[in-house]
Amino acid sequence: MTTNYNPMELMICVASRELEDGSTLAVGTGAPCAAAMLAQKLNSPNLAIMFEAGSVSPQLPEMPISVGDSRASYKAVMVSTMGAIMETCSRGYVDYTFLGGAQIDMYGNLNSTYIGGTHQKPKVRFPGSGGANDFGSFCWKMMVLTVQDARRFVEKCEFITTPGWLRGGNSRYEAGLPEGTGPYKVFTNMAVMDFEQESRRMRIISINPGYSIKDVQDNCGFELFKAPKITETQPPTEIELKILREEVDPHRYVIGR
Amino acid sequence: MKMNIIKKGKGELFTDPDPDHARAFFQKKSRKMVNKAMTLPKAIETFVHDGDYLAMGGFGGNRSPIAACHEILRQGRKHMGLAGHTTTHEFEILSAGEVFDQVDAAYIVGLEARGLSPCARRYMQTGKVKVTEWTNYCISARLRAAAMGVPFVPTRNLLGTDTFEYSGSIIVECPYTGKKLALQPALYPDVAIIHVHESDVYGNCRIRGILKSDNDLARAAKRTIITCERLISNEEIRRDPSETTIPYFLVDAVCEVPYGNYPGNMVYEYFSDEEHLREWLKAEEDPVAFKEFLQKNIYDCKDHHEYINKNGGMEKLLKLRTIEYLLHKEAD
Repeated sequence: MTTNYNPMELMICVASRELEDGSTLAVGTGAPCAAAMLAQKLNSPNLAIMFEAGSVSPQLPEMPISVGDSRASYKAVMVSTMGAIMETCSRGYVDYTFLGGAQIDMYGNLNSTYIGGTHQKPKVRFPGSGGANDFGSFCWKMMVLTVQDARRFVEKCEFITTPGWLRGGNSRYEAGLPEGTGPYKVFTNMAVMDFEQESRRMRIISINPGYSIKDVQDNCGFELFKAPKITETQPPTEIELKILREEVDPHRYVIGR
Repeated sequence: MKMNIIKKGKGELFTDPDPDHARAFFQKKSRKMVNKAMTLPKAIETFVHDGDYLAMGGFGGNRSPIAACHEILRQGRKHMGLAGHTTTHEFEILSAGEVFDQVDAAYIVGLEARGLSPCARRYMQTGKVKVTEWTNYCISARLRAAAMGVPFVPTRNLLGTDTFEYSGSIIVECPYTGKKLALQPALYPDVAIIHVHESDVYGNCRIRGILKSDNDLARAAKRTIITCERLISNEEIRRDPSETTIPYFLVDAVCEVPYGNYPGNMVYEYFSDEEHLREWLKAEEDPVAFKEFLQKNIYDCKDHHEYINKNGGMEKLLKLRTIEYLLHKEAD
């Protein structure tokens, strides 16, 4: 029997499998938060979610609209400050973060500040870092959840808001960012990517059902490296989809996009 | 031993990080525990001036001083500096009034999962606003430095990015370990406006839920205006001092403004009015229609209650209270 699902549901289910029980995660609203909630409700009841507004380890009753709203601190173990959350990340206590952006480049750097024009007079202004630069600097493993699109996957970000592997090689640690941190995986509607160990270039490790390596490359603005063995991504299971649709996002705020 | 400077960001500092200048100001500030209760228009008139640098409490529409933002527009403040420390609906309102022309940007223009504000975006794309880039943690750290009374605190974010290049931070070599550190200069706002759950008339405040940086903000600001959901007695404050987040001597004005965070979310009081926030975003798409929208919802209102009455009044507030406590789910 084939299960039907849309690309957003696939991305969320695949990404959620990375979040093992007992780990810590710094996250924002939207699809990454849905992945965190799914993990928490399925296999990782003790996944500690942290929100930059100050909430520590909530049990989310529904999707927060803001990381500072009442839902984001529902049944939390503590409400604290933004400084306290960021310092927890800076001390090395936070395993994962999920980020996004208007642009991502071959080293996993992210742009969420502006596109076109100049910094003073941008063509399109975006929010800026928020907590993304902080999480991307401090958390051990940075993951990205985004749609595969050549306009989004660019050779070089116009503006590096949040650090990935910077210019590749050892450049991230030479810049002074904490040793052992960095981009880990990228989840799109077409594939799962990681970063090659030496060059730190993005590479395909797994292809989602229904897509080919060519599809992924055609929707990417730079040459993707390929892992020695590329697998097929495990599609969402019935139980993942059931929890995602019925408990995580019943109003289809995210999975309806 | 000398601390080696590696690189300076090219962003402008809109405020003076010198702790001795701040100390001189704080030395002269009254410590008297006197009645500071006044109306919101009076507080804005007295303590918020053209050209001042403003920082607001709360986190992006959650426990944010929305009523005060409306009053700032009504009083026509201009040329202000602004801390964009996750400012969402607040930023949307102040952009509509073109109140500021300098902004420390950590999170601006967007409303998180709700999308981006067309009006704020248009204003930021005019080139009229001077922008220095930071991150949310940078601004928390900058307020912390000011609250500590030191000129900066070091952090390990920003390194290697364009966010640093356009910031006012400086990267130095740590004299102990040789590691690279980004210095976050103390941020002493001219004025802070913080919406809280409860305050006495002297300014002793109780805040429930997340704090963001409001403890430090009240300590860093030269003047602090408190708007509160309700006034409580000083005896109640003294009954359980462990509940107090902000002590009276930091505070200049206390304004009782029930529902002062509407249409935002006040934890344990009322949830956000998502329908009305969508209406804002929709109205902003057409600048002419938006002008009428602002006239109706801000400029023609004598106070926040008139605004709330125009948008559903008590019936709406009761519904938002039900949603805040998730009672609508139990009724299903």
